[in-house]
Order: sequence, then C-alpha cells, then structure tokens
Amino acid sequence: MIYLQLFISFLQVGLFSVGGGYAAMPLIQNQVVELHPWLTLQEFTDLITIAEMTPGPIAVNSATFVGIRIAGIPGAIIATLGCITPALILVSLLAYVYKKYRDISVLQNVLACLRPVVVALILGAGLSILSMVLFDGQAPTLNAVDWIGAGSFVVAFILLRKFKWNPILTMCLCGAAGLVLNLLIPAV
Amino acid sequence: MDQQQQPMTRAARLRALFLSTLYISAFTFGGGFVIVTFMKRKFVDELHWIDEQEMLDMAALAQSSPGAIAVNAAILVGWNVDGLLGMIVAVTGTIIPPMVILSVISFFYAAFASNVYVALVLKGMQAGVAAVILDVVCGLGGNVLKTKSVVYIALMVLAFVASFFFDVNVILIILAAAAFGVVRALFQLKKEARQ
Repeated sequence: MIYLQLFISFLQVGLFSVGGGYAAMPLIQNQVVELHPWLTLQEFTDLITIAEMTPGPIAVNSATFVGIRIAGIPGAIIATLGCITPALILVSLLAYVYKKYRDISVLQNVLACLRPVVVALILGAGLSILSMVLFDGQAPTLNAVDWIGAGSFVVAFILLRKFKWNPILTMCLCGAAGLVLNLLIPAV
Repeated sequence: MDQQQQPMTRAARLRALFLSTLYISAFTFGGGFVIVTFMKRKFVDELHWIDEQEMLDMAALAQSSPGAIAVNAAILVGWNVDGLLGMIVAVTGTIIPPMVILSVISFFYAAFASNVYVALVLKGMQAGVAAVILDVVCGLGGNVLKTKSVVYIALMVLAFVASFFFDVNVILIILAAAAFGVVRALFQLKKEARQ
C-alpha cells in the first residue's frame, strides 16, 4: 500500500507543479511533511539542500530520496514514475495539439495567472526553511534565535542579491561558515 | 536540416539521443531553464535534428506544462526525434542521473546526518539555501510587480495570505488560479472575436 501512497503523492506533485524550478517545492513539502509523516521539516530542508547541490529537477530528486527512505529502490522508482506520469501524458498531448494548431495562447494566459501564485507559494516554503534556520525548529522567540544561522543567511542573501554570487558557491561558503563558527564559538 | 550530415540508422540515432540526454542531465546544475539551453546547443547546433524555432516553441511548452522543465523538454525532444520510442529513450536518459545520485546520497544520509561535523555543515548550508530561495523569490516577485497589473499582484498577495496564514491546501490554490486563468483567457478570446 505504501507504493500506492508514494505513487499518488508524487503524481500530485507532478500534476500541480507548473512553471518549473522551485514550483514543486511547496507541493513536495505539503505531501511529504504535512500530509504524510515521511520526512521531518529538518529532513525536508536537508533534502532541498542536497537537491540544490546535485544536478536534476527538484521533483525527481525528492521522489528518489523519499522513495528510498520509505520503501527502498522500488519505492524510489515508483515515486519517480508517479512524478513524471502527468507530464508524459499531458506534454505529449500538448505537443500533438501544438503541432496541429501552432497556438498556445490560452495555455500561456493560464500560465500568466499561475506564475504570481507560484511565486507566493515558493515564498511560503522558503519562509518555513528560514524559520528552521533561525529557530532550529523551536518556538520563534528571541532567545531561540541561532545567531550564526541568522548571520550566514543575511550575508548569503546580500552576496546573492547585490553581488550576484553563484548559488552553489554561496551555499558551500555557508556550510564552511556553519562548521567553523559552530566549532569555534562554544570554545571561546 | 543539414544536407551534409550523414544519415544515421535508427538504432544509432536512439543511442545518440540517450547518451546526449544522459550527459546533459548529469552535468546541468540549476536545472529548469538551464537545461533547455544545453539541449539547444546539442540538438539544434550540433546534431541538426531540430530547428531553432521549434526549439524555442518547445521551451515555451516545457515551461507552461506541469512537471519538471527538464523532463518536459526531454519528452518534446524525444517525440520530435523518434516518436514514442524516442520519447521513452529521452526521458530515461534524463531521469537516470538524478535518480542514481540521489539513491547513493540517501543510502548514506542517515550515517551522514548523524555525524556532528556533517550536521554542522548541512546546518550552515541551510542558511545558504534559504537565501538562495528568497533571492529567487525576490527576482520572480519583482517581475510580477513590474507588470503593474493589479490582477497579477492581487493573485500573488491572495495566494500568499491563503497558504501562509490560513493554511489553505497548495493544490486548491493552484487549481483556483488555473480556473481563474481559463475563464480570463476565454473572455479575452471572446473579446478578440467580437473586434
């Protein structure tokens, strides 16, 4: 039954993530953290970190990772199949329609309305990862703030936004900073 | 199409398609639209299987359809090169690298994450990931604001309030926006027809 659950969950991720990139992230979080007890928010955040560092779409990366952890290699294959099945059907259909009519204006109109909504949903998922960084999963109070995490976040954000740093390089720098600062500071 | 190109046998073409998608998928970090530019270089400039206009249309289609852009683009390129079999070959080539890499990582993850040093590095990187995501959101959100369209900005604000403060299901929000988009598109088509 777990295979069916995995398949259906990732089918929904594949079906409703429109616009690529991070669009799948809020949907994956909804399925694997909120609706099913498959990953904790901590593990989900690790998963996004790993997905960011490796090639391939976030949806396929997540399906493999969650599938293996829940039901081994068959789980990974079934979850991945689930997340690409809607595209296999819909995109093939669209390719056919496009060949016939050469017009995708309705589709693009719908996409134009979806884009702002997807941005808002990604912001929500991003904020939950940020709260993980700032408060380490505890209640958000000033005492619980992880200042090393908060500082790294602010520096990384400025490097990315103002100085257009490479995202992978920025994340590696944050990883190194996290290791060094956390080892040094308690010793002081 | 390049006339000088030696005609390939079907098996050779499928093998080239598989190896190309495998290679592109294994070495494309950042995913999404980046992969489309790599595909253009390979299939349009190098192999001459697809012409440039078709590739641009495919990129638009891949982006406007549900699912990962890389997989969608592979489906379209595959159909174009060799029908159903081409599609299966291209998609397989595209999903093998991330599946193999993530399988290896997830086997080591438990041991990895319980190691103090690795946990500290991961924790540090999470701050970076949060920054990367919010940087992307700022860029995308800025583009929405730049349209100066009341409709788009209202949609963005409404979606955020609904999901973040009222915990409305993500899928419901997407469906509502899609339905709104369909109605709006139909209205516009009607208006154009009347003119």
